[in-house]
Amino acid sequence: MPQPLKYLRESPSQTAGPYVHIGLAPGAAGFDIYRQELGHDMAPASVPGERIRVEGCVIDGMGAIVKDVLIEVWQADAAGIYPHPEDPRHTKAAPGFRGWGRVISDFETGLWAFDTIKPGPVPGPNGQMMAPHISLWIVSRGINIGLSTRLYFSDEAAANATDPVLNLIEQPERRTTLIAQRDTTATAPEPLYRFDIRLQGADETVFLDI
Amino acid sequence: MTQTPRPPAEFFQRDRTWQPRALTPDYKTSVARSPNLPMLSLRGTLSEITGPVFGHNDIDPLDNDLLRNYAKTSDPIGERIIVHGRVLDETARPVPHTLVEIWQANAGGRYRHRKDSYLAPIDPNFGGCGRTITDENGFYTFRTVKPGAYPWRNWVNNWRPAHIHISVFGSGFSQRLITQMYFEGDPLIAKCPIVNSLTDPAAIDQLIAPLDMNAAVPLDCLAYKFDIILRGRRSTFFENRPEGN
Repeated sequence: MPQPLKYLRESPSQTAGPYVHIGLAPGAAGFDIYRQELGHDMAPASVPGERIRVEGCVIDGMGAIVKDVLIEVWQADAAGIYPHPEDPRHTKAAPGFRGWGRVISDFETGLWAFDTIKPGPVPGPNGQMMAPHISLWIVSRGINIGLSTRLYFSDEAAANATDPVLNLIEQPERRTTLIAQRDTTATAPEPLYRFDIRLQGADETVFLDI
Repeated sequence: MTQTPRPPAEFFQRDRTWQPRALTPDYKTSVARSPNLPMLSLRGTLSEITGPVFGHNDIDPLDNDLLRNYAKTSDPIGERIIVHGRVLDETARPVPHTLVEIWQANAGGRYRHRKDSYLAPIDPNFGGCGRTITDENGFYTFRTVKPGAYPWRNWVNNWRPAHIHISVFGSGFSQRLITQMYFEGDPLIAKCPIVNSLTDPAAIDQLIAPLDMNAAVPLDCLAYKFDIILRGRRSTFFENRPEGN
């Protein structure tokens, strides 16, 4: 018998369920309990960068909009720096920028949206740059373990074309599932991007096992 | 800040055979909400090995006391319990200073949520959520009431075992985890299609908190102990690691 390998095992995931808002967004559940809820203001006005808005919905395998989804957002600042000690440049991250937000879909329409700054390109594997992107983590009733994906930007075509993660996707047509489309008809001053997430079906979003 | 040196770099691969599958037909809602296509396996880049950092300015001291954090006229109705444990990684290293959030039904099995219409009453003194940050050794504590079982629409007569939902961050976004804690001895555990999204009995056991009489407070409350394990981080021995990898 060899020596035993004594690793613990990751706690198994269980669905966040329909009442995830009680814990993570109690205001949406219908009550006020905390001095401040976390993840509402992704980028205070003092944070430098181009202001953008992202909106979309999550669609299930029957084509129905999922109305009880919660999405967490993680992104670098406008210079491509994460405010986290693992980023070698983190001491230069934009002050006041946590890089993280929490978004819920509207109970009636299923639409969700968040306001942030556009992230910069981030150093990737082997010194290759990754195109500007936002990491998303999606939970809801019926999702047994949170789904991870990335959102890229349609107006970064050159950077997207050389992005090492997009290029790992075998079928080029599936890469488009990760690209938020800039809405050129929008009238608001800040750019608006549309990003729909399809859990299942012909246009299923590429999810990441990270 | 932390007394525990944490090695850098990416996380151990997640064991997808241990975790629940996306499609678990006995839990009906998963059928239309489960991806069919294989996920893209992605070795951790800077975007995955980093994650949000929280501090004590984000929360208040009473946030982890569900007996008091929404009490209006008295403590809530129900069996008073402490839930405590540690957040560790797969190498048994503590995960310090990480945000832990919980939510649950009240003692009657009713959630304080605009979408819950179960006939058991709302408890005016119970909100049903709490949050805390682990200490430098990964310990956390909550005080609450034991939640009740409740029926849900899946089969005609499905009941959830008593459970507390738990959300944990860890130090990188790919450690992010939401799970549920069950209570030792509950006969509803074995009957639950959500619990049974896990196929390995050892995985189910890992979500069942034992009664912990040593942590109970005499003449006041019982206690359950629940450790939460997040993915371990690889050490980087003998590795060429280009900048930014």
